[in-house]
Amino acid sequence: MTETTLNASAATALKPARNSIFSHAKYVIAENPVTGMAFALFALIALAALIGPYIVPHDPLASGTAASLKPPSFAHWFGTDQLGRDIFSRVVVATRLDFIIALASVALVFVAGGFAGIAAGFFGGWTDRIVGRISDTIMAFPLFVLAMGIVAALGNTVTNIVIATAIINFPLYVRVARAEANVRRDAGFVQAARLSGNGDFRILLIHILPNIMPIMMVQISLTMGYAILNAAGLSFIGLGVKPPTPEWGIMVAEGAANIISGEWWMALFPGAALMIAVFCFNLLGDGLRDLVDPQRRT
Amino acid sequence: MDSRTDLMSLPAETSEGTASRPLLEVQDLTVEFATRRGIVRAVQNVNITVAKGETLGIVGESGSGKSVTSYAVMRILDRAGRIAQGSIAFSGLDLQTVPESEMRDMRGREMSMIFQNPRAALNPIRKVGRQIEDVLLQHAQVDSGAVSERAIETLEQVRIARPRERYHAYPFELSGGMCQRVVIALALACRPQLLIADEPTTGLDVTTQKAVMDLVVELTRERGMSAILITHDLGLAAAYCDRVMVMEKGHVVEDAASGTIFKNPSHAYTRKLMRATPRPGVSLRGLLPEQEQPRADQTKTVRRTSSSTASDALLVVEQLVKEYPRKDIPTSLGKIFSRKPPVETETFRAVDGISFSIAHGESVGLVGESGCGKSTTSMMVMRLIDKTSGLITFAGDDIGEIPARSFATLPSRKKIQMVFQDPTDSLNPRFTAARAIADPLLRLGGLGRGEVRSRCEELAMQVGLPLEFLDRFPHQLSGGQKARVGIARAIALKPDLVILDEPTAALDVSVQAVVLNLLQDLKDSLGMSYLFVSHDLNVVRLLCDRVIVMQTGKIVEQGPTERVMEAPEASYTRDLLAAIPHPPL
Repeated sequence: MTETTLNASAATALKPARNSIFSHAKYVIAENPVTGMAFALFALIALAALIGPYIVPHDPLASGTAASLKPPSFAHWFGTDQLGRDIFSRVVVATRLDFIIALASVALVFVAGGFAGIAAGFFGGWTDRIVGRISDTIMAFPLFVLAMGIVAALGNTVTNIVIATAIINFPLYVRVARAEANVRRDAGFVQAARLSGNGDFRILLIHILPNIMPIMMVQISLTMGYAILNAAGLSFIGLGVKPPTPEWGIMVAEGAANIISGEWWMALFPGAALMIAVFCFNLLGDGLRDLVDPQRRT
Repeated sequence: MDSRTDLMSLPAETSEGTASRPLLEVQDLTVEFATRRGIVRAVQNVNITVAKGETLGIVGESGSGKSVTSYAVMRILDRAGRIAQGSIAFSGLDLQTVPESEMRDMRGREMSMIFQNPRAALNPIRKVGRQIEDVLLQHAQVDSGAVSERAIETLEQVRIARPRERYHAYPFELSGGMCQRVVIALALACRPQLLIADEPTTGLDVTTQKAVMDLVVELTRERGMSAILITHDLGLAAAYCDRVMVMEKGHVVEDAASGTIFKNPSHAYTRKLMRATPRPGVSLRGLLPEQEQPRADQTKTVRRTSSSTASDALLVVEQLVKEYPRKDIPTSLGKIFSRKPPVETETFRAVDGISFSIAHGESVGLVGESGCGKSTTSMMVMRLIDKTSGLITFAGDDIGEIPARSFATLPSRKKIQMVFQDPTDSLNPRFTAARAIADPLLRLGGLGRGEVRSRCEELAMQVGLPLEFLDRFPHQLSGGQKARVGIARAIALKPDLVILDEPTAALDVSVQAVVLNLLQDLKDSLGMSYLFVSHDLNVVRLLCDRVIVMQTGKIVEQGPTERVMEAPEASYTRDLLAAIPHPPL
């Protein structure tokens, strides 16, 4: 609100000092072509998640025993599985589910872990101790086993996969946010904000949070990949999404049994999709940091 | 192969003392940096000669290319930079043809460098003695049996008391001045022929600065070394160098013996720099370039009357104490989780029972070296930290009793504001200048959104910030512009008392001159009181009616500025005054 009114009345000011986000993005990508590739991959994944179910050539659930276990061909690009379902269609359709699980869990953990971490770093003392001990407790378990336990205890639903994934990522967010908030606690601009009459919570939200967003963006991107892997992992071992829903983890699990008899395509393609998605999010982290860092927008 | 034979013959050559040939000869040097906005020429057509045993000062403001020049000589330019043109000859050896492996060997042995921040230059987790040994062994100066004796000897040479004990110290256990001595010891360990000191005393106290500079000059003279001192401080260069070069925007504008350069500077930029350097016998207005002079006398009289009529005190501080625990006193839960048992619960008094007052419209200087408690005092008066005991009375209200945490939203917050030391650190990187200035107005000013913008513009005009800069982010502004934004933010709420915490310490002298004058103008027109916290007595003298000198948490002297400066009573004040380098004017 404030910024918009300020900028609106500043229309008379000479030339805008800020260059547009697009020219900046162009610069970042030109400087590091791998970032451009990551963004292209991300666009592809997002597109598949968005319109995948409407454009796939076959119904991902339609089975036909006549066409079962066919190798890749023109009719079935990635082949078919033991029930004759088209693997290409299933891989594309599965993108949406995996993407949603990752996005929801990362959003959840960003809000919970991010705020707990900033508060711990900023206030110190008791807040810091409590938040620190909670995340230490979580870290004490092998994280995948913890996720298995949570899903097994709470029940085998998508919501619970999201919750379990969020919980195991909680310490990562707490630590990053805590460290970043802690170094800024006594920064000049925070003290200046206090002199301007900002209370502690306003300082946290308006002054500190935007400044640690660049590093949080990197964290978000990295854990997105990890969250996808985790969701697929849970489904792979049978805790998570139930068949016949198309999901990369289940598909790899189903395909794994058939590798020995020569039907490699059943596990390879969903596995490759999984790998590309995780790879893409990891690369994206670096690019995002360059994009959102105000120091580089000169 | 050629260069190698040259290198081998080097020591022999020096012992014969070929006085005709200068040790370092830089000709027509141009250094370019490839940046996003194209190629930037940081240094253009620079010629430097340093004779054997000569001390050369390179003076210039930030961005003048003085550091880049020295990096080019050492061949430690970062990746984006390259020597586009010119030659660098060291003892007749063309440094550009020397392979990197031999260059690495020459750095430290033939030429070495002292950097600005001594703490950053030392490895924090290695004992200082070991770090000196590393250098000695690296350049094969001694065999490993005698190396620790040599290291101790080296520490002794830089006047480190009890070198045998200090050999085992880690950098964090030493003070800033001590660290700088260790860095000097590292640089001189292999007896190089050329020492380059890049702002060696920036960030050190004046008395430490004097001790460090005296040491550097003494050691270089003793060993017949050449030295290049890179500094922004004309006074320092004049006091310690044989010859001074002045650089501006990548060009050398003047090069003369330090005696003559101060008596009759030929270039306009040198004169401007000299005018802007605070020194005894010059008024605040005298710092500005000639053309901006006429207003001088009238403001001086205004200042006098305002200070004499103001009799009632605005701020009274009585017996103020701030104690810090030496170690964190563990709370009950802390005891359970902390690994170490509590060592000592002894407290450390950062501020030890000080009393002073500031009248309406008065400006008071608070002077002392780092660690004397001046910043702690200003933070307590500012109500950013809580006091341990004592009284802080502001305009009749006892504000010392209000906890710092809840003071932020009270109406009295408006009346006390602050200008911070580091203009960069004190601005939120994600706020535009306008948003930064608007912050206090929105929180405490009670202005509508439309009014805020017009008030921002009014403030920007008051502090001389062009309006088009209001929509820029801090990293798009220069140091002086950021300082102006900080000042505009501090005066936005029309406070009664402004605390200036070394507001010009991070600025170039010419910018400092302008900012100091701006502060004086603002005080005259708005009738504020200033508490000016500084380590620089020359700057305090220009702006303050009264001065308070602090040492180790106590006030050692206070009184009218002229009296304290001309006839100091405390010996500590005399030491401080004596340590300021004086340009021979």
